[in-house]
Amino acid sequence: MIQVISVIAYLVGAPLLGGFLDGCDRTVSARMQGRQGPPLLQPFYDLSKLFHKQILAVNSLQLLLNLCYLVLLAIAGAMLFAGADILMCLFILSTADMFLIVAAASDSSPYSSIGANREMIQVMACEPLTLLMAVGFYLTTGSFQVKDIIAQPVSAVVMMPGLLFGFFVIMAVKLRKSPFDCATSHHAHQEIVKGLTTEMSGPTFAIMNIAEYYEIILMLGIVAIFFINATWWSWIVALVLCAVAFFLETLWDNISARLKWMTLFKGCWIVTLLAGGINILVLMLIR
Amino acid sequence: MGILPILIVWPMILAIILPFLKARRARGILAYIGAGSLMVLAVVFLLGWLFNGGQTQALYVETEAIDHLMTVGELFLMVLIVVLSIRHRKYPVILLSVGQTLLLLWTEFTMPVEGGAHMLVDGLSMLMCAIVAIIGGFICIYAVGYMKTYHEHHKEYKDRSGFFFSMLFLFLGAMMGLVFSQNLVWLYFFWEITSVVSFLLIGYTRTEEAVHNSFRALWMNLLGGFGFAIAIPLVSSTLHSLQLADVVASGSVLPIALLAFAGLTKSAQLPFSSWLLGAMVAPTPSSALLHSATMVKAGVYLLIRLSPGMHDTMAGILVSLIGGFTFIAASMMAIAQTDAKKVLAFSTVSNLGLIVACAGIGVEETIWAAVLLMIFHAISKSMLFQAVGAVENSIGSRNIERMHGLILRLPKLTYIMGIGIAGMYLAPFGMLISKWVALRSFVDADNVLLVLFLAFGSATTMLYWTKWLTKIISQHKPKEIEKDVTLRDQYLSMGVHAVLMLLLCFLFPIVARYAVDPIINEIFGNVEEVLSMNELTTMAIMLVSVLLIPAIMFLVTRSAKRSYVPIYMSGANMGDNTYFVNSYGEPEHLYLTNWYLRFQFGMRKLMRPCEMIAMAAIVIFICVIIGGAVA
Amino acid sequence: MAKLAKSPWLLHYDGSSCNGCDIEVLACTTPVYDIERFGIYNTGDPFQADILLITGGINSQSESVVKQIYSQMPEPKVVVAVGICACTGGVFKECYNIKGGVDTVIPVDVYVPGCAARPQAIIDGVVQALEILQKKRDDFEQKKKAGA
Repeated sequence: MIQVISVIAYLVGAPLLGGFLDGCDRTVSARMQGRQGPPLLQPFYDLSKLFHKQILAVNSLQLLLNLCYLVLLAIAGAMLFAGADILMCLFILSTADMFLIVAAASDSSPYSSIGANREMIQVMACEPLTLLMAVGFYLTTGSFQVKDIIAQPVSAVVMMPGLLFGFFVIMAVKLRKSPFDCATSHHAHQEIVKGLTTEMSGPTFAIMNIAEYYEIILMLGIVAIFFINATWWSWIVALVLCAVAFFLETLWDNISARLKWMTLFKGCWIVTLLAGGINILVLMLIR
Repeated sequence: MGILPILIVWPMILAIILPFLKARRARGILAYIGAGSLMVLAVVFLLGWLFNGGQTQALYVETEAIDHLMTVGELFLMVLIVVLSIRHRKYPVILLSVGQTLLLLWTEFTMPVEGGAHMLVDGLSMLMCAIVAIIGGFICIYAVGYMKTYHEHHKEYKDRSGFFFSMLFLFLGAMMGLVFSQNLVWLYFFWEITSVVSFLLIGYTRTEEAVHNSFRALWMNLLGGFGFAIAIPLVSSTLHSLQLADVVASGSVLPIALLAFAGLTKSAQLPFSSWLLGAMVAPTPSSALLHSATMVKAGVYLLIRLSPGMHDTMAGILVSLIGGFTFIAASMMAIAQTDAKKVLAFSTVSNLGLIVACAGIGVEETIWAAVLLMIFHAISKSMLFQAVGAVENSIGSRNIERMHGLILRLPKLTYIMGIGIAGMYLAPFGMLISKWVALRSFVDADNVLLVLFLAFGSATTMLYWTKWLTKIISQHKPKEIEKDVTLRDQYLSMGVHAVLMLLLCFLFPIVARYAVDPIINEIFGNVEEVLSMNELTTMAIMLVSVLLIPAIMFLVTRSAKRSYVPIYMSGANMGDNTYFVNSYGEPEHLYLTNWYLRFQFGMRKLMRPCEMIAMAAIVIFICVIIGGAVA
Repeated sequence: MAKLAKSPWLLHYDGSSCNGCDIEVLACTTPVYDIERFGIYNTGDPFQADILLITGGINSQSESVVKQIYSQMPEPKVVVAVGICACTGGVFKECYNIKGGVDTVIPVDVYVPGCAARPQAIIDGVVQALEILQKKRDDFEQKKKAGA
């Protein structure tokens, strides 16, 4: 029963909460830059505007693929919030990413092709750590099931601080934050027009945005299961730390410049190998 | 059980008849009949076996006449290799071939061994038999149409299709013999036939490159065969038996390591991967049949057979490390390839690496994953090879870059290719589920290196498949209309593969429960529940959803009213999406290319060091194992 | 102020400007002027833009580009001509290659004169464009309803 409620809460609440967080992000970013910034609910205004625009398209495929991206992301998140297998959830997540990449590449346009290629590099950069993280949870708690992971007496983070750090880096890539936003970004300074979203307009783009909101919540959900344990107060701690993590991502976004794809790729893999690999090794040795 | 010898001999008889049929039509019809009858025989055999309870059966204890026949066959193969080597001045190969044949003959005549069954029918061999007969059979059917178009396109090569078909069928017969053989000498005989057939097929076009590559394949496989040939006297002198099962049960490390070494060469693991990459010069059906779907599976099959004996031994550690390393190294090198067949070859090596790694660990879970990987890999890879071959015949190139916008040019082939690619890496198709199980069992085996190999390797795997997928699905209007020259028999074969692939995905829980679990049970004597039915059903539901979502979304979006505009090229499009105005004010054709990261992941950069590392690992481990055995 | 359109995204195109106005347009995004207060993004992509902001007069070379970019913007959309060159052609009006102001090529909704137009004037122009945009949105909605 709780599972059903949490899944429904995710499916309904994630776009709302994600949009709200995006609004916070933009306001906080503006304040960090000494500006007033947009209203807090700006993302919702954007969405409503996008849905009311004319549907322009360059091919008949993109809308379809974008919708698949959205639905698969929602499924991936729902699996996490239902307490199901985290590894399967991550696999579905990367399948969802494939649909976005294919959607961008289907245009056969120079800008979105570059975006798609960069997104592929990003997925490749992120993938190892996400898998290692799942392995870390398995070594720590003996299960890939999220519902078992969060029912442990001690939070998983105690055993896997390296993986948490690695995940924090990966999250910046997944949330398209500087310095890892070469595929597309929410900022004005996107130099290759809009990367993989170049040909997405109106509702198509709105769908992509909603999917990104689902992704934000999914990522924060993963951060939360690092901290949640059997005690009730751990949920509050996790919630607070999720907010902190999100704030740190925003801060990082604002104080760093964009990296080239090669640096991104190398950086992510080195972090994965050092933070993740050593963490896994230690976990295996003390098991 | 009377069908078993027919399964082996019938293709061989066909192999003898086929070269003498000069008319293409008659040859085609005979190939259809041969492939069809082989499939029917295999299915009847399988059903009969299942109907009788699916028991493990040992056969043919007294086989003196056949043994002598095989000795003659081995001598014939040796003479053939010697003659060809002298003709092409590749003298070292002679040493390998003569050495191992003499070693074998010496063993046969000097070391008496206890009798025993020469063949064994059990779940694993039945599965292999089904794969060989059905996939192999369809590839032969595909080849009939393919070779016709191939020689229309490549007038420079002499048409030797009769020989080609003969070799395909000879190979099928040898493979059937190989998977059922229990006696090491028999196994070795069939093993050598597959090596030689592969060698002959790689050299089919008789170009300098083809001859060179074929000899490389030959010496590498013979080297593996040499390991095999050393293992045989070792086994017969220590165990006084030539049963494969006895070797596994005895757990003696050295023979197992030598046999595993043979398995590694045949399944093209590093440092022996280059023969499979070079084998891509052969016509596509032989690449599909030998170098991805079945022959390389012989190596994997042997390793799976050996796996209980490799659990927690030096040999097992060696095999799993080599496999894991090959998985990641080959998948990295695949990124830099533009040639579709090269990508498939690297991906084959890489996936075999994963299976080999699973076999090396040698516990129930990993073998479960290995068997499933083998099934899925065989089907989707053979489908992909056929699709690439068909595309090559239609557009005259197998460069992935030339496949830009293939979905608008050759839609049917693109769908087949798409299904194959999706089957290779997307959730929740079978490959991925097996990978998931493999990951879990690597963790359970406390092998941190393998976990890292798998984690990084699946990331690189994802990159090269996605790149390819985006290329073919891109909506780029073609400049000129291309004609789909794929013949009906080719479509039949590819269509059946696609349907099989989808069926296997949908029926995944059933396949796992009723096909794979019994095999694990036979090998290990007990079967631990690898995936609970609950998990399997979840996956089935997910699979349906992943397949259904695009379909539903298609219906949803079909009615959406859209206005079509040109793509964004900074406002400089020339009317359509294919030209833009350049700085001279003239039209310039838009050309998009994928990233191949050649300087980071190029074969030239990575191949040599990877081979060195793998070579060093093998040498060190073999030395340690020999030292352990002697001491 | 009347009801303002929320979330207008802006596409900035340089027709054949001397870059004076362009610098002023970019100045609008700085902390001093901060057009993001109105929810305005400076996007580079016509597919996602609502306001086309053009600086400089239109010459024969940029004519087709402007038309194409305009056609790639989804309805409803508005055009703001920034600077005197964009309004009328300015000092370049009589040049052999200049066609004149932006309105010689596409319909313009708001004219912001000045050489260069000051950021305050640009923001004022954009805010006026927002009113027009809102009206166009309402019309577009009605038309869609009537069409459906």
